[in-house]
Amino acid sequence: MAERPRIRLPKQANKGEVVEIKTLLAHLMESGQRKDSAGKIVPRKIINRFACAFNGKPVFECELEPAIAANPYLQFSVKVEESGVFTFNWTDDDGTVTTAEERITVV
Amino acid sequence: MRFISRRDALLLVPGLTALACSGTAEIAQATPAEATAEIGRFTGGKMAETGKIVLDLPEIAENGNSVTLSFDVDHPMTPERHVTDVLVLADSNPSPRVATFRFTPRSGRATAATRIRLAGTQVVSVLAKTSDSKVFLAQRQVKVTVGGCGG
Repeated sequence: MAERPRIRLPKQANKGEVVEIKTLLAHLMESGQRKDSAGKIVPRKIINRFACAFNGKPVFECELEPAIAANPYLQFSVKVEESGVFTFNWTDDDGTVTTAEERITVV
Repeated sequence: MRFISRRDALLLVPGLTALACSGTAEIAQATPAEATAEIGRFTGGKMAETGKIVLDLPEIAENGNSVTLSFDVDHPMTPERHVTDVLVLADSNPSPRVATFRFTPRSGRATAATRIRLAGTQVVSVLAKTSDSKVFLAQRQVKVTVGGCGG
């Protein structure tokens, strides 16, 4: 979990432009349905929530289930009206929150 | 009523799914009925319009552990009229819910992409709800060669 999330978005955009953001976090997304070699069910441990906010205002959120593939990849859009900071949050089943920030300049 | 015919087609599927997931046979499989119940809960019994969601999924997925899904809902994203929620369901997975996406007018476009797990050949449904209380639906069958049910 120490690995930093990977985020791709344009550095600069025009006012009112809809920009595309791609995120990927390294995570096993253990579904809770798999068994180990001893036949015991491996406990579920997934990223159950992702949220993106821009300048503190929520933009996009999603609730993830075990049916999301390992290393959850998410791509979504944001309409930017001003320069600012995106914050990204990934919430693990164990309560850990991985956070990242990215700036964008609106011209 | 495209919806009904696809559901009928699906009755053929559970056998295949069981085969693909024999490693986890004792874990209950979601049934298409469960997925239908989820759809009912999401729509609140409203008739869902088709043709408003562009759903991109492969026809054949070689690996059920990672299937790329993307959707784009054709609807305005203004503060008065915008897409609020999108639910993705896979009706023959151990649990039908895959993900729920929450959009705001600041999203600009109700589009998203992710990678999902599919336990076997089945129908994937994408439902969208709007702030002006419309419900949209898109469904697609995906043939899965190797199930992603945890083997």
